[in-house]
Amino acid sequence: MRRLKEKAIHLILFLTAISSVFLILGIFALLLTEGLKTFRDVSVMSFLFGIRWNPEAYGQPSYGILSMVFSTFLVTSCAIIIAGPLGVAVAAYISEGAPHKARDIIKGAIEILAGIPSVAIGFVGIVLVGPLITKVFGISGLSGLNGGILLAIMALPTIISVSEDSLRAVPKSYKEASFALGASKWETLTKTVLPAAFSGICAGVVLGIGRAIGETMTVLMVTGNSLSIPKSIFDPLRTMTATIALELGEVAKGTTHYYAIFGIGAILFIISLATNLIAEHISIKMRVKVE
Amino acid sequence: MKKIKEWFGFFLLKASAILILGIVVLLLLFIGIQGAKVINLEFLFSFPKEGMTSGGIFPAVFGTVALTLITTFFSIPFGIGAAIYLSEYAKEGRLVSFIRASIRNLAGVPSIVYGLFGVALFVQSLNLGASILASGLTLGLLTLPWVIAVSEEAIKSVPKSFREGALALGATKWQTTRLVLRYATPGILTGAILGLSRAAGETAPILFTGVCFWLPKLPGSIFDQFMALPYHLYILSTQHYDLEKVRPIAFGTAFVLVSFVFGLNLIALIIRTRLRKDYG
Repeated sequence: MRRLKEKAIHLILFLTAISSVFLILGIFALLLTEGLKTFRDVSVMSFLFGIRWNPEAYGQPSYGILSMVFSTFLVTSCAIIIAGPLGVAVAAYISEGAPHKARDIIKGAIEILAGIPSVAIGFVGIVLVGPLITKVFGISGLSGLNGGILLAIMALPTIISVSEDSLRAVPKSYKEASFALGASKWETLTKTVLPAAFSGICAGVVLGIGRAIGETMTVLMVTGNSLSIPKSIFDPLRTMTATIALELGEVAKGTTHYYAIFGIGAILFIISLATNLIAEHISIKMRVKVE
Repeated sequence: MKKIKEWFGFFLLKASAILILGIVVLLLLFIGIQGAKVINLEFLFSFPKEGMTSGGIFPAVFGTVALTLITTFFSIPFGIGAAIYLSEYAKEGRLVSFIRASIRNLAGVPSIVYGLFGVALFVQSLNLGASILASGLTLGLLTLPWVIAVSEEAIKSVPKSFREGALALGATKWQTTRLVLRYATPGILTGAILGLSRAAGETAPILFTGVCFWLPKLPGSIFDQFMALPYHLYILSTQHYDLEKVRPIAFGTAFVLVSFVFGLNLIALIIRTRLRKDYG
């Protein structure tokens, strides 16, 4: 009786753990089966490489996702160009240069930043960053640039914490050797510690990219949601995530439009999986190298 | 020359850190100062009036609290169960590392993708309709990987000698685990609350699974639609017909939302520091 109870508990706990596997496989399977139905009506080429997205057009609907893929790419690049160097600099300061007290304060601030809901950051983008962009560049505040800035802010906590971990993982002996050779603190940081932590920092940046690509509310609120292909970051644009958020509510189930939205979701899922796996691969390689 | 370069390099690092600090302070002050102007008891406890241009945000507050509770109900038992299995029962092997990989990757799935999944599974296939239950289930899935990760961390931090002692006294595996859990409870609570604070601020997963722009009364059951703070803020800042006029209310909503999320974080922090004092 007692053994039976023990066995039952073991089984129940196992089921709760294995449910994560079913969940991720289930999400993927569902997105894929629904998404693939798009290709009953639309060719793979015109879905992936078509520029026009106009699913509700009378007579001649078009389902090309290229312009929103490009928009996502553009906003994400902008975000990483800002957040990458900034994040690594902050991580280097926390792990190498900062006094204890400053470090605690900065780490606390980053934790707070990570906790602010994306819709609140989007709101600040509308009322603060947008008008500022208009003032400085003389263009509409609701554009790719606003989205890029907000996404940079949202990707920073990820980039900083992962980079800091990998900087911290650099063995002390590396630094001691560098100092012993007469290198200064700055030379040690730039020529020894940063190169040693390079792959870990890359992993952090890749995770930041993944986070920026998947972020919905901020870009939905501040990028202007224009369907035309943006010529530059100063144009209004519409990302993949924003398209899902804007259109899923109005679409009838079982239409090609409905399936195409799931197709976009499937692509987002694959991108997030890929960025995670790449980041993981890079950091495993780093661990091997350091040891 | 070299000294100047050195000084300038570290100055740049310091400036970056100060910039981040500045951004965080600016964000909080901006929402805090503008938001505090409209916050009072009436704002918190009355319904929106005249097409949301006046009145309060009570249904949105209520909806977010209720939604958070429903999320807890689903994500906590599963999350803690999985964490117990992984830290106490599992023998490292292919299957377990596959489970771990799944959990890590689930944490990186964009929230809008959880929304799509929730629509297809809960709203349509399981026929729950757009409801607070469907939204709660969707958010439960979204927070699951976070709850598992932090709970496992908490369970693992209980010293090994506790387990050995219990087993030596003839306790069964489950009896031992229960003892370990008693000591891990504060840590698990911290993880659970952090997961919830994340759920409370999410907008994308609830967009199509049950949240509503305006409802004349509170949801009467878990099968009703609901209003929520994040969605309310989204509507007030982008979709309302008179954006300028509702701006103060939008600030108030942002203030309440951010306070709610940080309130939960603060509770988690207090539990964590107390835990350190007790066992540290």
